[in-house]
Amino acid sequence: MTATDALIDTKGQADRLFRRKRLMSFALPALVLAYLTYIFFAFDVPGLAERARWDNARTLASDSWSYKTHVTRTNRDGEITFAVEGERKGEYPEGMRPDWVTGTDIVTIDLGGDHLVRLLPDNRTEIEIPGFGSISAQAEGRSVTTNLPETLPEWINASDRRVAITTPEGRITLTGSKTEVFNYFPGWELFWFTFASPYYDHGVTEILFGDRIDPARSNLKGAWHDFWSNPMWRHGDVAWAIGETILMAFLGTMGAAMIALPLSFLAARKFAPLMLVRTFTRRLFDFVRGVDALIWTVVLARAFGPGPMTGALAILVTDTGTFGKIFSEALENTDDKQIEGIASTGAKPLQRYRFGVIPQVVPVLLAQVLYFFESNTRSATVIGAITGGGIGLLLTQAIQTQQSWENVAYYIILVVLMVMAMDWLSGKLRAKLIGRST
Amino acid sequence: MSDATLSGHNSGPASVDAIQSSYLQQVQRKRLYGGLTLMIFALLMVAGFMTADARNAGGFWEGLHNVGDYPADVLSEAWEKRAALPALIVKYFPALVETINIAAVATILGAGLGLILSLLSTRGLARWPRLIPVFRRTMDIMRAIPEIVIALVLIFVLGGGPVPAMIAIAIHTAGALGKMFSEVAENADLKPLEGLASTGATWAQGMWLGILPQVAPNYVSYALLRFEINIRASAILGFVGAGGLGYELRNAMAWGPGRFDDAAAIFLLLFGTIIFFDQLSGRFRNQLTTGGQA
Repeated sequence: MTATDALIDTKGQADRLFRRKRLMSFALPALVLAYLTYIFFAFDVPGLAERARWDNARTLASDSWSYKTHVTRTNRDGEITFAVEGERKGEYPEGMRPDWVTGTDIVTIDLGGDHLVRLLPDNRTEIEIPGFGSISAQAEGRSVTTNLPETLPEWINASDRRVAITTPEGRITLTGSKTEVFNYFPGWELFWFTFASPYYDHGVTEILFGDRIDPARSNLKGAWHDFWSNPMWRHGDVAWAIGETILMAFLGTMGAAMIALPLSFLAARKFAPLMLVRTFTRRLFDFVRGVDALIWTVVLARAFGPGPMTGALAILVTDTGTFGKIFSEALENTDDKQIEGIASTGAKPLQRYRFGVIPQVVPVLLAQVLYFFESNTRSATVIGAITGGGIGLLLTQAIQTQQSWENVAYYIILVVLMVMAMDWLSGKLRAKLIGRST
Repeated sequence: MSDATLSGHNSGPASVDAIQSSYLQQVQRKRLYGGLTLMIFALLMVAGFMTADARNAGGFWEGLHNVGDYPADVLSEAWEKRAALPALIVKYFPALVETINIAAVATILGAGLGLILSLLSTRGLARWPRLIPVFRRTMDIMRAIPEIVIALVLIFVLGGGPVPAMIAIAIHTAGALGKMFSEVAENADLKPLEGLASTGATWAQGMWLGILPQVAPNYVSYALLRFEINIRASAILGFVGAGGLGYELRNAMAWGPGRFDDAAAIFLLLFGTIIFFDQLSGRFRNQLTTGGQA
């Protein structure tokens, strides 16, 4: 009788438990789904599809792995210049031009795929596009006259002042003052040397083992100098910027650890019997942590101006709070026996801490510090973007000019490599500290 | 027997000497290495400090006098206009909600993606064991790219607003949580999985019913910790144009003196929010890890 009662009771309990579980397993996903639906409209995701600039995405995607060479004819004097990315620093020197440009009086530009552009004297231009035919244009004063028909395909955009033709092989823009042809190629042109360097277009073996190219300098030294000060890619500046970012993380993390260590003794119950001191230190840690790196960065940038020092200090202040909390927790978990042992030899408090406490906590603390050092290299990139220092600044500048996406891609690759290298290094050191073989 | 003790006794003093001298040598070597490491470290710190100081626009020592100026200006102006502060807090509350929303959605999406990635990259659980390195490297890269990079690129394509920040944080979260999740999943008991497999469960069913119940408390705890971090990240991304409180903060800063009460209100909101969620998630996590059942 009682046995069946108990059984029924148990069954009822189990039923209730299952019902609750079932409710949970449906209610929770439903809640999340409802929240995501709310967000879907709160963030205006449907409108996003309209606002998104897919042409921007296309430029970004193609520019990051390719480059374009501009051929520009200034109609005022008929002079033709060739420049990589249309930058002065990437200009072909006098008397040199790409091999897809031929002719002297009539300059023919072969864009590939039988797309031809002929720059004729007197500011006339002829464009041959397979499947469309030949277009001829005449620039006069501020206007352009062409033989284009009334109805145009969508890849041609024409008015009296400006004609823009976009083909898969390249882009052509005609205005009264100049005629521009963009020819696209894969790769990062001038990555090693610009045209101004004598080492341009020489291979590695030629530079290392060949004859002296520039009589004034040895090959290795000259090549290194020209590579390092390459005005298009600025390798030297980029290396400095990466160094600055790592420096910010290093100074910030280590400085914070050095400040937090003594303070954390004041926050640990074991070492600070006075509650007032303990509470005060803990609230201080909570405060600097709570203010957040963003606010610290903003405040410190006002006092110290932009640069790596500001970034390092912002990391230092924020992490002092975090380290203080972690360290004091580690200190609370220390074993009393070792301290007692040291005390029994007649050691003074400071000696007790030095030989009884520090050896116990150092591996744990160092592992934490190294972990933060790694994650702070990433934070330093972000903080650098706000205060203006390191690779973060270069990156945001390059993105905001919206021009040189190949530089952006280059910086992103470098940042990822930097963070991964730090990750690897700190992991290796941590493993060594804790004494694991992996 | 007596021979052994005799010979042992004979060589006693010599061996003690040897032990002592070798011990002292060891101590000395250790001290030397320790001293050298410390010296190199000190040198690096000093050199680093000088380099950073030289490359900074304002020097460290001059700046140190002015550290208090800006906060003092903001605070004094905010104190003068303290009557307006509640109104300002109400005004910026929607921005705060946006910042929190960005963090919350990014955490949910990132945790979901991280969950899938972690299960796919854990030995013993992976659906395609050969692809484990691929998924691991994917997570490494997702973790390595700073959020700001993805956010800025996406802002260029999608325009300003919360969505680029959300995607950027979600990607980073997926990478970071995926790694932690996978470490937890490695220690999961595989027996439930075998039991489920014997009933003909698919891989997804096995994971959902066999592994997830084991690891859920840890996962939720990690996700909560990440949520805290993401609130900070979302505020920072706002500063570079992704909407929310950070964006308002930048605008308020740009106005400069006269609008410091706005800045103060935003500082206050951000500070309060961070502390609030810190405490909340700390409490929750405590409950989860100690297995406290209500």
